[in-house]
Amino acid sequence: MLLAKIVGTVVATRKDPRLVSNKLLVVRPIDPRGKAEGNYLVAVDTVDAGVGETVLVVSGSSARMASGMKDVPVDAAIVGIIDAIEVSE
Amino acid sequence: MQLARVIGDVVATRKDENLIGIKLLVVQPLTADRQPAGRPLVAVDAVGAGVGEEVFFVRGKEASFPFYPAEPPVDAGIVGIVDHWDLG
Repeated sequence: MLLAKIVGTVVATRKDPRLVSNKLLVVRPIDPRGKAEGNYLVAVDTVDAGVGETVLVVSGSSARMASGMKDVPVDAAIVGIIDAIEVSE
Repeated sequence: MQLARVIGDVVATRKDENLIGIKLLVVQPLTADRQPAGRPLVAVDAVGAGVGEEVFFVRGKEASFPFYPAEPPVDAGIVGIVDHWDLG
């Protein structure tokens, strides 16, 4: 899973019907020390996260295993809000 | 699977209910000479690994299989602690 910071929201009126009423957020991956890296992604929110929070993002087909995402066409889902990251090296 | 070193841990109180009780660790993939290879990532622990240990982890949906019949939404999971590895 990736650590990421939520940097924005996405609004889409025309979309796959299974995406209706799912919140889409723009996230930027970070390293464990908090430095932003890599490209922005759109992730579906399953834990009521908000802009500015650090979150755990699951990618690929595993994103469909997040709560309420069965058979939803997503490949990135926010599944946790991070309280603390501790790295030793 | 990929070889990695556990370099840290992550705490999340608010999370998917299927993640409750599962340990989240930060792993750094390694090259053959045990140097960091690429970006660290978060993996779930299925074997009782801890910070500083060398492990191997699996990517993709298979990372959830150790928790069967639960289906936690995870895409990387530690499935073994390495006692010893060398390249002949």
